Amino acid sequence: MLESPYVTQYLTEHFSEADYPTLEGYERRGGYRAARKAITEMAPDEVIETVKTAGLQGRGGAGFSAGLKWSFMPKDDERPKYLVCNADESEPGSFKDRILLERGAHQMLEGILIAAWATGACATFIYIRGEYAYPAVQVERAIAEAYAKGYLGENVMGTGFRHDVQVTRGAGAYICGEETGLLESLEGKKGQPRKKPPFPAQYGAFGMPTTVNNVETFSHVPHIIGKGADWFRGFGTEKSPGTTIFGVSGHVVRPGLYELPLGTPLSEIVFEHAGGIPGGRKVKGVIPGGMSMPILPAGQLDVPMANEFLRERKTMLGTGGVMVMDETTCMVRAASVISYFFRDESCGQCTQCREGTGWMHKIIERIERGAGEEEDIDVLGDVAGKMEAKTICAFADAAAWPIQGLLRHFRDDFVEHVRQRKCPFPGSFEL
Amino acid sequence: MVISDETRSKIEEAISKYPQKRGALLPAIHLVQADCGHVSKECAAELAEIFEILPIQVMEVVSFYNMFFDSPQAKHHVYVCTNLPCSLRGSRSLLSQLESHLGVTAPGATEDGRIFLGHEECLGACGYAPMMRVDDEYHEDLDVEKAKQILDSLGK
Ligand SMILES: Cc1cc2nc3c(=O)[nH]c(=O)nc-3n(C[C@H](O)[C@H](O)[C@H](O)COP(=O)(O)O)c2cc1C
Ligand code: SF4
Ligand code: FES
Repeated sequence: MLESPYVTQYLTEHFSEADYPTLEGYERRGGYRAARKAITEMAPDEVIETVKTAGLQGRGGAGFSAGLKWSFMPKDDERPKYLVCNADESEPGSFKDRILLERGAHQMLEGILIAAWATGACATFIYIRGEYAYPAVQVERAIAEAYAKGYLGENVMGTGFRHDVQVTRGAGAYICGEETGLLESLEGKKGQPRKKPPFPAQYGAFGMPTTVNNVETFSHVPHIIGKGADWFRGFGTEKSPGTTIFGVSGHVVRPGLYELPLGTPLSEIVFEHAGGIPGGRKVKGVIPGGMSMPILPAGQLDVPMANEFLRERKTMLGTGGVMVMDETTCMVRAASVISYFFRDESCGQCTQCREGTGWMHKIIERIERGAGEEEDIDVLGDVAGKMEAKTICAFADAAAWPIQGLLRHFRDDFVEHVRQRKCPFPGSFEL
Repeated sequence: MVISDETRSKIEEAISKYPQKRGALLPAIHLVQADCGHVSKECAAELAEIFEILPIQVMEVVSFYNMFFDSPQAKHHVYVCTNLPCSLRGSRSLLSQLESHLGVTAPGATEDGRIFLGHEECLGACGYAPMMRVDDEYHEDLDVEKAKQILDSLGK
């Protein structure tokens, strides 16, 4: 079981209370009132409008407006409509969905129910990564409780609304986190992403209109419906309202989870909340949002953690996975670990991605060994540049961005490897 | 028949929950593995029959996912996460010390088939690094001694 976040707000405030994960405990703290309100007092469009006004951005990585996405679901369509809850969480550096599943399964289910009402979906598939055995047990238990109480099934809360929820377990493939790779996997196939269009709202799970949202995205929804869009906008920035759960890892005194408003400065997260760098060492760079997001050097940590500010520094919030690297860190080694991961996880459908991830790793590995040439560094940048925005899914971009970020801010590390013909950082983490 | 009646009825139940039969293929493979340890050729053929697809289509799925196996496995699976956040906190030296403790080179299994030791990509425990997954369980905030004890306590 995961430790409760060090700093909590509305999403996680009850996570350290033992009975909160149960239906009874959740209801004792006001749980399921928002769902009841939505289903009995609000028209579906009104729910969508409220979520749009609240400005809830998806928390799965891309930051797309949740309300807008729901509004893409066709209205005059006889076909069954589905929701998918993306609980595949496998972006390196990200471990926030895990706690939301372990301790907050009812909060997520309530969000799902509200989204189902808003979009007219008759069923939700929760796709949980295969390695999350304990979180899956917690979700299954919560679902069983909700069925027993009549909150799921044929007659939700006695209103005649029907909604079924079921869990599908993944089996160890990062690419199944990409929404169309997930849909293929859900259909019992290899998790290879689909060409878009058609988008999932037209042709999603089992060919039916489908909306895919992240675990955390759903978890915010009961709070928005229960307390209103204005209340929600009281957290975070004008363009990025609400809180999020930052997962801090790497070289900090107190790694762990921190629920904070969007827009919290990265430096505050690293130095105040997470206690700074151990041993009085200095920070070298921080990856702000999971491994796919470009790194920021020590001088740029004043940035508020919201996409409108992070974009100016050529990076993004991603999943809020903050990875901290101190001054001992060899950035070529970091690049090597990163490129190995992407080479390993490419699904292989697109040439740029399949070949590019392999080439990047090969070149980086050569430079790290001290066997690289100066021109290798340019070739590396060139390969990364040729992988962007040309493939079936955004995995190739996710593979290119972190390498481009490292080259942008830590090119000297690469150059020194070539000049000295060895790694100039003997005290760095081991490869 | 290699797939037991009990597993078959669980597979049927899973199938009833999906709008299309094939949706239950991943759940079915999980069930077969829980029962038989891996998906043998015979299992694949029987699954293919149940799902009305070709055996090669079953094997294609088995080979795509890291958690599915087409050959007999060691009794316990131990994976040390070596992705970046864990590497920053010493997971690689943990892995190499566990390799010498068990006398294996990862990825690989002990001769008695008791433990398979490998490395894995991020497991969603980055704040509690280094960590390892032992079968279905996570062990976090590890040091070498604690990790060795856990491995030593694993039964045959
Ligand atoms: C390579 C790749 C991996 C992804 N992995 C995840 C994941 O593990 N969890 C997740 O919620 N979204 C992931 N996404 C984003 C999803 O495609 C999708 O945008 C998201 O689930 C939508 O939910 P949201 O709008 O609520 O954020 C991934 C995207 C890409 C390109
Ligand atoms: S970009 Fe990469 S992961 Fe995405 S579909 Fe193409 S090959 Fe597969
Ligand atoms: S990097 Fe090891 S659990 Fe995330």
